[in-house]
Amino acid sequence: MQTKDRYIQQFDETQEMALTTKNLHIYYGDFEAISEADLQIPRFKITALIGASGSGKSTFLRSLNRMNDNVADVKGEIWYRDLNLNSKEIDVYAMRRQIGMVFQRPNPFPKSIYENITFALERHGITDKKELAERVETSLKQAALWEEVKDKLNQSALALSGGQAQRLCIARAIALQPDILLLDEPASALDPISTAQLEETLVNLKQHYTIVIVTHNLPQAARISDYTAHFSQGKVIEFNNTKETFTDPKVKLTNDYISGDFG
Amino acid sequence: MNAKRYDKLATGLLYTIAGIVVLILLLLLGFIIIRGLPQLSWSFLTTPSRAFTAGGGIGIQLFNSIYLLILTMLISMPIALGASIYLNEYAKPGKVTSIIRTMIEILSSLPSVVVGLFGFLLFVVQFGLSFSILSGALALTVFNLPLLTRSIEDALKSISNDQRNGGLALGISKWETVTKIILPAAVPSIVSGLILSAGRVFGEAAALIYTAGQSAPALNFANWNPFDIDSPLNPMRPAETLAVHIWKINSEGIMPDSSAVSAGAAAVLIIVVLIFNLLARWIGRLLFKRLTAGS
Amino acid sequence: MDKIRESILTKSHASKLERRGKIISFMCLGGICLIVLAIFIFIAYRGLATFTSDHVSIFKFLGGTKWNPEVTENGHPLVGALPMITGSFLITILATLLALPFAIGTALMMTDITPKMGTRILQPVLELLVGIPSVVYGFVGLTVVVPFMRSIFGGSGFGILAGTFVLFVMVLPTITSMTVDALKSVPKDYRSASLALGATRWQTIYKVVLRTATPGILTAIVFGMARAFGEALAVQMVVGNAALMPTSLVAPASTLTSVLTTGIGNTVLGTVQNDALWSLALILLLMSLAFNLAIHLIAKRGELKR
Repeated sequence: MQTKDRYIQQFDETQEMALTTKNLHIYYGDFEAISEADLQIPRFKITALIGASGSGKSTFLRSLNRMNDNVADVKGEIWYRDLNLNSKEIDVYAMRRQIGMVFQRPNPFPKSIYENITFALERHGITDKKELAERVETSLKQAALWEEVKDKLNQSALALSGGQAQRLCIARAIALQPDILLLDEPASALDPISTAQLEETLVNLKQHYTIVIVTHNLPQAARISDYTAHFSQGKVIEFNNTKETFTDPKVKLTNDYISGDFG
Repeated sequence: MNAKRYDKLATGLLYTIAGIVVLILLLLLGFIIIRGLPQLSWSFLTTPSRAFTAGGGIGIQLFNSIYLLILTMLISMPIALGASIYLNEYAKPGKVTSIIRTMIEILSSLPSVVVGLFGFLLFVVQFGLSFSILSGALALTVFNLPLLTRSIEDALKSISNDQRNGGLALGISKWETVTKIILPAAVPSIVSGLILSAGRVFGEAAALIYTAGQSAPALNFANWNPFDIDSPLNPMRPAETLAVHIWKINSEGIMPDSSAVSAGAAAVLIIVVLIFNLLARWIGRLLFKRLTAGS
Repeated sequence: MDKIRESILTKSHASKLERRGKIISFMCLGGICLIVLAIFIFIAYRGLATFTSDHVSIFKFLGGTKWNPEVTENGHPLVGALPMITGSFLITILATLLALPFAIGTALMMTDITPKMGTRILQPVLELLVGIPSVVYGFVGLTVVVPFMRSIFGGSGFGILAGTFVLFVMVLPTITSMTVDALKSVPKDYRSASLALGATRWQTIYKVVLRTATPGILTAIVFGMARAFGEALAVQMVVGNAALMPTSLVAPASTLTSVLTTGIGNTVLGTVQNDALWSLALILLLMSLAFNLAIHLIAKRGELKR
């Protein structure tokens, strides 16, 4: 079955897309980190980006909401709501409000748990006390952290455990009620129990959000994602629904990678 | 066995050298404290100095030093903050940035007397500010800016990039991420740097003799209207500081007790610098503890 | 839906803030650079007047041994700066040479022999030495070093030697702390490799550590020299302020900075006497540049070697 060099699943017209990339090339100086990554990311699904270290998946992810602006040279198109995000007219700050990102290492601000969530909200013009309190509660509940922190909202967020801190980072991202959440190996710094909690949280979140997650943890990708894209040397070589990717890969390299012969 | 003997000898020599260095500091401090401490009294610290007779104090000079320090810090702090934010957060590595960095390096290594002479030409003569607190504060700002900028930049640099990414990913501008998250997190080291530079400014004299002047006109401590000529707050009056006073009475003083007065003034200078030093450590540690409390 | 599109296409509050912040912070930085340029322009303008409008030959200025701007000889004022230049260099070099063994010794104590005592005792000692204001050094020099010189060598006690002793203590912490940085940048493996080969600690320090750290130590020395060369008041208080060619280390002499600090206030801006002083200031400024350049060159060489 693994006869192809490349397999990209095509969607029919009825499937709504959250993000679509076209002719994307990303350079670090002379080095081309991404050379072929035409990807359609369906709405309200979890899409996992997998691949060996250095395959370009994190670079790709960080370019989606222009976090690479001063780091790498991004050429090509990123379509979101009929807008090419990779163009000058885009206001990156307003755009990032819609396309949030959570990083590998939990990075709560050195402020209270409450302020960690309200800080960005206030910056985006939400200052009504009642609404702020509501958003804090809703986002913490959605991130499955509310029960653990509801009595210590005014304590420093730096006192949280790694898993709690990461869920706080997710909470503060979804408090902005974005469209899309980009997650860059969000569980790699967490212990197994925290990881399991985080995965459960993500699966619940996809009712409201489109999630793109970079992960090195293949079982995790298999457990939580609907679609999987396999990156290899700056190219997407396989994109399919997750079940098929893991049970019946169409590309040999993907088979090698998921069966552990590679990377 | 020869090598081993050499080793012992060299180690002994190194211990001696370090001992001498410590001894030099102890002697220095001891000399100033022993000589100066008996001079210190409330009246010495508060009465005006006398030019020709014994028994004068350092009240006005002490006030001038403190006032100048505060003014200098008020002027240099925002500029240094802005400059260091640009350098650490916005400047892209390249030719322009490296030229700017070199210029700041050059400024920081300029002799303070050159800074004072420049202050004389620009502030005193060109701007017509004459010998005044304001001229002095501006000259000290020039003297203070490069080091303060450097220390704030180092403080900013020590804050992890994760925090910057965190702010940016939430659609917050870099400016607000830096001013509202990075800067508060860097406060402990900024404050220590600030206090250390305050010590330097407090003891500086060469940059002041031709900017703030070498005379200390009588002040009326009941008049706090900054526009009155005898008001302590008037920034346009000439103002000899403590450090300048020490230099002045030792190089051309004719008061009979100039040695005693300078010993007392030197002791005050040293004590203030010591306090600044300890304060910088203490505040740095305290704020560090508070910020990381609970983790 | 449309609202979101619109928000992404219009300039947000955040991007306006970002622009404003960038401009404000750049203006601060630009201001500092302007100051640096202004310093050079102002001092060069005044300092060059001696040669352009007062028509003093630059060689006579740098090579002349008589400094007496009040007196004119053959229509030119007597402004030979060599005595001060010699004085400045002598004091700088002597103080640095004297400080060097102490600085390296102390630095070695802090990095290789007793790092614990280093951070607990020597580090604060150095910080305090740096923190003591230069007028205090001058005062101690005047009340301790000068009388001491007088009792040993006779004469007034003022002179280059007294200045050397004062500056020695002042540059010591500068050179030491930078030497510490240089020694710390020598990888630990070098030390352990040398020790594992059977070398004693001293052999390791002497043959491996100090040699690897040489560019860094050179930088420390240049920094110390720059500080010594530019120090004004402490030196002025003990050097004697006689603008004569130094013939003895214990006779009154002068430096560029000492003549400047005493002279500027006693001359009128725009006169030959005053212009000549600004030329001295220009020399100071150029020397400071030269020290900077030296540091850059050493750093570049160090990089090439690695």
